[in-house]
Amino acid sequence: MKKIIIIGAGVIGCSIARELSRYDASVLVLESNNDVACGTSKANSGIVHAGFDAKPGTLKAKFNILGNPMFDRLSKELDFPFKRIGAMVLCFSEQDFPALTELYQKGIKNGVEGLEVLMGDKVRELEPYVSDKVVAALVAPTSGIVGPYEMTIAYAENAYTNGVSFEFNKKVTSIKQSGEWIVECEDGSSYSADLVINCAGVFADEINNMVCDDKMKIVARKGEYMLLDKTSGYIAGKTLFQLPTAMGKGILVSPTTHGNILLGPTAVDVDDKACTSTTVEGLNDAFSKACMSVPTFNKRMVITQFSGLRAHNVDGDFVIGMSAKQGFYNVAGIESPGLTSAPAIAVHVAKEVAEHLALGVNADFNPIRKGIKQFSTMSDDEREKAIAENPLYGKVVCRCEVVTEGEIVDSINRPLGARDLDGVKRRTRAGMGRCQSGFCTSRIMEILSRELGIDMQDVTKFGKGSNLLIGRVK
Amino acid sequence: MIEKNLIIIGGGPAGLAAAKAAYDEGERDILILEREQNLGGILNQCIHNGFGLHTFKEELTGPEYAGRYVKEVVARGIEYKLGATVINVTKDKVITCVSEAEGLAKYKAKAIILACGCRERPRGGINIAGSRCAGIFSAGTAQKLVNIDGYMVGKEVVILGSGDIGLIMARRMTFEGAKVKAVVELMPYSSGLNRNIVQCLNDFDIPLKFSHTVVDINGEGRVSSVVIAQVDEKLNPIMSTAEEIKCDTLLLSVGLLPENELSKMAGVELSPITGGGIVDDDMMTGVEGIFQCGNILHVHDLVDFVSEESDLAGRRAVAYIRNGKISKDYVDVSATGGVRYVVPQKISRQTDCATLKLKMRVANVFRNKRLVVEADGEEIFSKKRPVVAPGEMETISLNATHLDKIKKASKVVVSLKEA
Amino acid sequence: MKEMICICCPMGCHLQVDASDLSNIKVTGNTCPRGEKYAKDEMVCPKRMVTSVVRVNGGTINMTSVKTSESIEKKLIFDALDTLKGITLDAPVHEGDVAVKNVCGSGVDFVVTKNVPKK
Repeated sequence: MKKIIIIGAGVIGCSIARELSRYDASVLVLESNNDVACGTSKANSGIVHAGFDAKPGTLKAKFNILGNPMFDRLSKELDFPFKRIGAMVLCFSEQDFPALTELYQKGIKNGVEGLEVLMGDKVRELEPYVSDKVVAALVAPTSGIVGPYEMTIAYAENAYTNGVSFEFNKKVTSIKQSGEWIVECEDGSSYSADLVINCAGVFADEINNMVCDDKMKIVARKGEYMLLDKTSGYIAGKTLFQLPTAMGKGILVSPTTHGNILLGPTAVDVDDKACTSTTVEGLNDAFSKACMSVPTFNKRMVITQFSGLRAHNVDGDFVIGMSAKQGFYNVAGIESPGLTSAPAIAVHVAKEVAEHLALGVNADFNPIRKGIKQFSTMSDDEREKAIAENPLYGKVVCRCEVVTEGEIVDSINRPLGARDLDGVKRRTRAGMGRCQSGFCTSRIMEILSRELGIDMQDVTKFGKGSNLLIGRVK
Repeated sequence: MIEKNLIIIGGGPAGLAAAKAAYDEGERDILILEREQNLGGILNQCIHNGFGLHTFKEELTGPEYAGRYVKEVVARGIEYKLGATVINVTKDKVITCVSEAEGLAKYKAKAIILACGCRERPRGGINIAGSRCAGIFSAGTAQKLVNIDGYMVGKEVVILGSGDIGLIMARRMTFEGAKVKAVVELMPYSSGLNRNIVQCLNDFDIPLKFSHTVVDINGEGRVSSVVIAQVDEKLNPIMSTAEEIKCDTLLLSVGLLPENELSKMAGVELSPITGGGIVDDDMMTGVEGIFQCGNILHVHDLVDFVSEESDLAGRRAVAYIRNGKISKDYVDVSATGGVRYVVPQKISRQTDCATLKLKMRVANVFRNKRLVVEADGEEIFSKKRPVVAPGEMETISLNATHLDKIKKASKVVVSLKEA
Repeated sequence: MKEMICICCPMGCHLQVDASDLSNIKVTGNTCPRGEKYAKDEMVCPKRMVTSVVRVNGGTINMTSVKTSESIEKKLIFDALDTLKGITLDAPVHEGDVAVKNVCGSGVDFVVTKNVPKK
């Protein structure tokens, strides 16, 4: 059987893994972190872009347009949150009309459906909290929102149950070719493969440069975000973008699939590709720009902040395809609209790889993945049934998001389950509410310790070195 | 649907005191719903002493204080359920509750007392920049891990916020062998009690830095240092004063927020200042038959006052159950001039109370002032206050004469005036 | 001259204490007699209640809480805490149970402040 190694378990690596599991091959995903979706895929805007923004003729435009319509079916197949809520690009000055028109025309050229330009008050009829200063907006009904890490986890779980292997805490340090490809990791382990796919996100240049003469440069572009409490009331029903102005590229205000409001991201290139800390300047910048779109924001509505790094290819477009070295395949520079494009990229890459390796079909492939039964969104009848089936569904652990012990245990014990606090959080939302895990931290630690059979002191926030406890009292 | 006369949500100090009072007032059909596995609430993790001086005239630890009320509730045979989380309350007083033992249960109550307490303000709520690594805990989370679970959360600690929990945890961590390098307070004063500053910080030479805040957190897996800086009068950091402190732990004690999710579901109107409900002199919210007491209503400084307030709520809930709907005509009570809020926010002109306590917090440290109550501009009560501070709750006890005047007034205002 | 904050009431008077002669301690800055007494006690023999936790074996929770039955000399605090190390009580434990008798010869005991039933 042909062996394939995918480097990186972000949305790109996991979606390709899943699409490749339709074929008869031995696929291994190597991830440097303790879980899937630990890089860019966990910290981004979660937007399924309509496709008016990408430059016509680019890979970004192509895969954006192909990817967007795939979400309706995919989100049902893989059971991840997705809503097609539409988007608006807000225009703050009549001087910017030409830019708005240009965006509209670019959208038409890319094949985006349903685009429409509305003037000031019409905009506020649709979104009443939009600033009075908005003179017009481009409306794109096909835009949507998605849970980015839920989508990545769903892809990974489905890949796993269809036979793909995953190895975590495997930082790749060298890739050599001697008949087959030999991939070596920091911990001394090594793996062989007939084909290697580079999906290493912000580190994709380092991986490429281990192999290819054609060097690549990926810049980490930091984006900082603020998340507002669900109880902040109605702010926006659609994703609100800002038309780039002389003041710079704008930031977005968008509902999330869980009913929070997200604002951000800023865009600052950083040297340290591991640095996802937030900054005072960044957060202030995101907040003040968001207030341009919706002036009624109040910092008291904020429950958390985070930042993510976009993998920006200095050449501008996605890099997708076999490198000059046969058997080393790059999927790099996947920044926005990367999340939207992922499903289409994955299908494309899997098809190319399958042809290259002459792979047969996996007759047992099952496209369906069921997520964790979510207590908070159940009806009372469903809740009654869930508790009757599994009494742990009657034990509420996270008060703010109403997450039960049943869901937390499932998140740990399911295929490719959570192994740390953040993993539980991304799978169940426990700790994502307004108290930000103040009450549930110790309970979730106990559950992790019990289910994984590890000592409390070995429970981490996100793997190596992120232990929460340093010892026993007394 | 199970029918009950009185359902109390929360089995902490507020809920227990309310239950005891309601029973002693003659009510027998009472149910306490508690989400944790023990009664007593957060007092169970407050193992330090200093509780009960007003209520019991002796100094108890948190578990002992809770224990006294648990004993009273158990002795009366008041029904309670543990591990029972209420997930919905409607304005018709239908409660949906889930538990491992009984699944999903619905209750219909004649009266409900919301005694859900409060929670800590998280890091996100104060927008501290920096790494999102492990080692950042709210003080209460650390308190639970240390005092209940028996685990140490760090060796070298910086504490942001000088609220009482932060001060208590500074001493607690020191007792367990940690080095507390600094307590950093944004304001020029502490929101904690003097006694805690002396006995938790000064006793162990822990520096308390007023008008400072944390401006950055460093660390990959675990916190490796924090950067603190002085703030100006507008509370903005002065970056030239930035100073890095090596530590593996940052504890946050930056405020408590009344936990009003259920109140909102029931349609209870909330005060933007306290974050708790708007109540009348019976501790009843704007939703008839739904009462609040304790930290869900406003954050108290001493548990003794929680018990006192909850005792009133328990008794008045029973009166409501007996008499049914009483039409009420209210006088609004508001706060101004250095007083941040006052509870209750309205007084019924039909009130049959002979006395009434108004509780409030001031907005800053003031010296040589008078706390004054005015009814339609006429000063009806005044009390000298040589010093008042935001960390301490102020109380005004009104008598029948005061209340007579209030009943006739169109509005009542509480303020601080020059002595 | 030593400075201290009086903790007898919320006033928090800043006291200056002259204890050059322990038989005649002079206190200024206090606004009431309680301040003077507090300062003198603090100078002669400061005492504190000490609260901590000890391990419990076979209980519904791992730890119970303890306090000194009376306040002990401040300088004994850490020695007193050391006596709790390595002690494990068997569940059930009850409020008032003695965890350590006669802590550091002070005549004061560490007593349990929280009931822990058997698991």
